[in-house]
Amino acid sequence: MPYGEWKDNEYIEKLVQELRDSGTNVVVGSLDKLINWGRSNSVWPLTFATSCCGIEFVSLGAARFDMARFGWEVARSSPRQADFMMVAGTIVHRMVPVFRRLYDQLAEPKYVIACGSCAISGGPFRKSYHVAKGIEDIVPVDVFVPGCPPRPEAMIYGIMQLSRKMKVERFFGGVNRQEKLKDFLAAHPVEGVED
Amino acid sequence: MANITERIKTLCPSATVEGYNIPVVTVDDDHWHALAKALHDDPELAYTYLVTIVGMDWTDSLGAIYYMMNTDADRILGVKVLAKGTREQPLITSAADIWKVATLYEREVYDFYGIIFLNNPDMRRLFLNIDWVGYPLRKDYDANPDINPVSIESERQSDFTKVYSRSADGTVNCTEERIFQPEDFVVNIGPQHPATHGVLRFRTCVDGETVKKIDVYMGYIHRGIEKLCETLTYPQTLHFMDRMDYFSAHNYHHALCMLYEKAAGIEISRRAQVIRVMMDELSRIASHCLFIGTYCMDLGATTMLFYTLRVREQILDIMEKTCGARMTFNYDCIGGVMADLDENFVADVKALLETIPANIKEYNTLFTGNVIAKNRLTDVGVLSREDAIAYGVTGPSGRASGWACDMRKLQPYSIYPELDFEEIVATEGDSMARFQCRVREIEESAKILWQLVDNIPEGEYCVKVPKVLKLPAGSWFQVTEGCRGAFGLYLESDGTTKPYRLKIAPPCLPQAGVVDHITRGFKIADLITIGGSLDYIVPDMDR
Ligand code: SF4
Repeated sequence: MPYGEWKDNEYIEKLVQELRDSGTNVVVGSLDKLINWGRSNSVWPLTFATSCCGIEFVSLGAARFDMARFGWEVARSSPRQADFMMVAGTIVHRMVPVFRRLYDQLAEPKYVIACGSCAISGGPFRKSYHVAKGIEDIVPVDVFVPGCPPRPEAMIYGIMQLSRKMKVERFFGGVNRQEKLKDFLAAHPVEGVED
Repeated sequence: MANITERIKTLCPSATVEGYNIPVVTVDDDHWHALAKALHDDPELAYTYLVTIVGMDWTDSLGAIYYMMNTDADRILGVKVLAKGTREQPLITSAADIWKVATLYEREVYDFYGIIFLNNPDMRRLFLNIDWVGYPLRKDYDANPDINPVSIESERQSDFTKVYSRSADGTVNCTEERIFQPEDFVVNIGPQHPATHGVLRFRTCVDGETVKKIDVYMGYIHRGIEKLCETLTYPQTLHFMDRMDYFSAHNYHHALCMLYEKAAGIEISRRAQVIRVMMDELSRIASHCLFIGTYCMDLGATTMLFYTLRVREQILDIMEKTCGARMTFNYDCIGGVMADLDENFVADVKALLETIPANIKEYNTLFTGNVIAKNRLTDVGVLSREDAIAYGVTGPSGRASGWACDMRKLQPYSIYPELDFEEIVATEGDSMARFQCRVREIEESAKILWQLVDNIPEGEYCVKVPKVLKLPAGSWFQVTEGCRGAFGLYLESDGTTKPYRLKIAPPCLPQAGVVDHITRGFKIADLITIGGSLDYIVPDMDR
C-alpha cells in the first residue's frame, strides 16, 4: 500500500516529522530506507495463540483473508525466527512467565501486537483471580487491536500499522525504539536474566 | 426411579434422597466409598460413567457432588458427599479406584476447594501454581491481588506428588510419591508448541523414542469462569459460554439457556427451538471442518486447512448475517434467541448443504484414502470401550471406541427426539476411527439441517421473560452434547439473581486426562497424532 494513502494516524505522522527534523545522514538514511522496505514487507509472526482470538488468526492465514498477500504468511513456531508476536488470547498467571520468556527469546528488532480485549486489558475476565490485566505490564506493546475477537480485517489493519511503524524507524544509528525498550526492560527485570 | 432409591436405602440406610430434576443422594464420608463401589459394580445400577464432580462450599460445610450415569438405561444420579474434618483440612475418601477419571476431577476439586481426597494417587493442584495461596472457589477466598500477584518469574516445579491416607487409628498421613523416577528421561512439550492444540503442556517421559509416561500440565489458560459467574446475574453469565469451547459457542449457550429456562419454568417457542438446533448443527459442521483442517496440518498435510476453512467461512457468513459476529455470537438468550433470522438464512443454508457431499468426497480423496495418513492413523492410540467409559471420554472420540454416548440420544433435549439422524459409532477406537467419526458426523448434521431448513415455523423468536430474573432455590443438573462431547452443567441457586454455584463440566478435560493412558508404548511422534485426534480445546478444559 503506498505510504500516501495512510492518513489516519497522527501518532506515526508525528514520529516521522520528528525523525525528519532531527536530520538524517544521506547514506545511512538511504540504507535505512532499503532495509526497512524489506523488513516491513516480510513481517513474520510467531504463532502464539492461547484462546479464541487465535482462531481468527488461523482464519487470517487461510485463503479468504490470506495474509500471504502482505508477506506475513510465514508463521513461525519458534520465537528465534519471528519478527513479532501476535498475542491473541487471554494471558493468565501461569502463562505470564512463559510469555515473557518467549518475548525475551525473540530476536531484535522485535514487536508485539496485543490482539483482542483480553490481551489489552483482561477483557471479559478482568475481574478474575487468575488473569493478567493486560500484557502491557509484562512486555512493551507496539500496536493494540481491539475486539473480542477482532475481525480478521482488523488484524490485517493492525499488522499494517506495525509495518508502517517499521518503515519510519531508523535501523542504523540512534534507534529511538531500542532506547524505549531498554527503559521498559530496566523497569521490569527478570531475576537472573541479563537484558 | 423408586426402586433405585430403595436399593440405595438398603445399601446405605443413613442416606437421604432429594429429588430435584436429578435425584441427589446425600451420604457422609464413612459410607461413601462402599456405596460408590456398589453403584458402580452392581449390574442393576451400573453407574459406570462419572460425568463430573462438583465441589461445593455451603459456608458451614464443604463437600462434593458426584454425578454419575448409567449409559445403558439413561439414568443420572447425584451423590452428595459431605466432607469430614475441619475447614482447614476437609477430607473425603477418593473414588479414583472406582472411576479412573475421578483422579483428575478430584484434583480439580482440591485445587478449587482444598478438599483432600484420601487415597487419591495424585493430590496436586491442577490449574493453579503450587504456591498459590488459598482456594479460589471457597466463598471466603481473599481475592486481594497482592496475595497472589502476577509474576514473571517461572513457577516452582516439583517432581513429587502427595498421597493422603488414613491409618487405622484415624490419623491422616501424607506421603510424597515421585511422578518420575530419578533415572527417567523427561522431555517437556508445550505450552508453546504448534502441535499441542493450544497452551497445554506434556511432561513426557521417554525411553528412546517410546513414550513411557505423560504428565499433563494444565492451567495455562485457566480463566476462573466459574468464580466469575457467581458475581454476575444470570443473563450476564451467558457470554462466557462462547469463550470456552469457541467452536461449540451455540451449543453451550443453548445448554445454559435451557438450564435457566428449566429452573425458571420458562417455555420457549417452537421457532426458537428450531433456530437453536439449526445453529447447533451448523456449529458442529464448522467445528468438525476446522478439526479436519488443523489435524491434517498437524500431520503435515497443510493444504487441507484451506479446503476445510472454505466451508467454515461459508458457515460463519451465515451466522454473521443473523448473529452479527463471526465468533462469540452471544445469540441464544433466556427465552429464545436474541434476534430473528436473516431473510436469506434459508437460501444460504441450502446453498451450504448442497456443497457438503462434494466437499466430504474431496476430503476423503485428499486425505482419508492417502497411504501416509493410513499408516500414521490406523491402530495408533487405541482406546477400548471400557476405558473410554472409565476415563469419561465422550463425543466423537468416545463413539469411535464403540460407546454410544451421544447425549442428543441419551438425554434427549429440545427437538432432537423428533429428528431422524444416526449416531455414528465405530469400534476400532484408534485415531483413524476418531477422525472418520467426525467426518461422518458432518453428514449427519447436514441431514438434520435438511429436515429443518424448510420447516422453520412462524412465531415469536423470544418469549417475554422478567427483566430481573430470579430463580427459585434449588439445584439442577443437565448434560447436553457439545461438538466435542458431553457438556454438563450444575446450577445451585439460593433464590437470588445470581447463581450460588455454577459448575461447568467440559468434555475436553477427561480427553486430556486420557492422553497418558493411550500414548504409552507409542512413539513420541504419535503423541501428535493421538492428541490431535482427541480434538480437545484447551480453554474448554481449563475454563
Ligand atoms: S478478547 Fe475475546 S475472543 Fe479474544 S481471547 Fe479474549 S475473550 Fe476470547
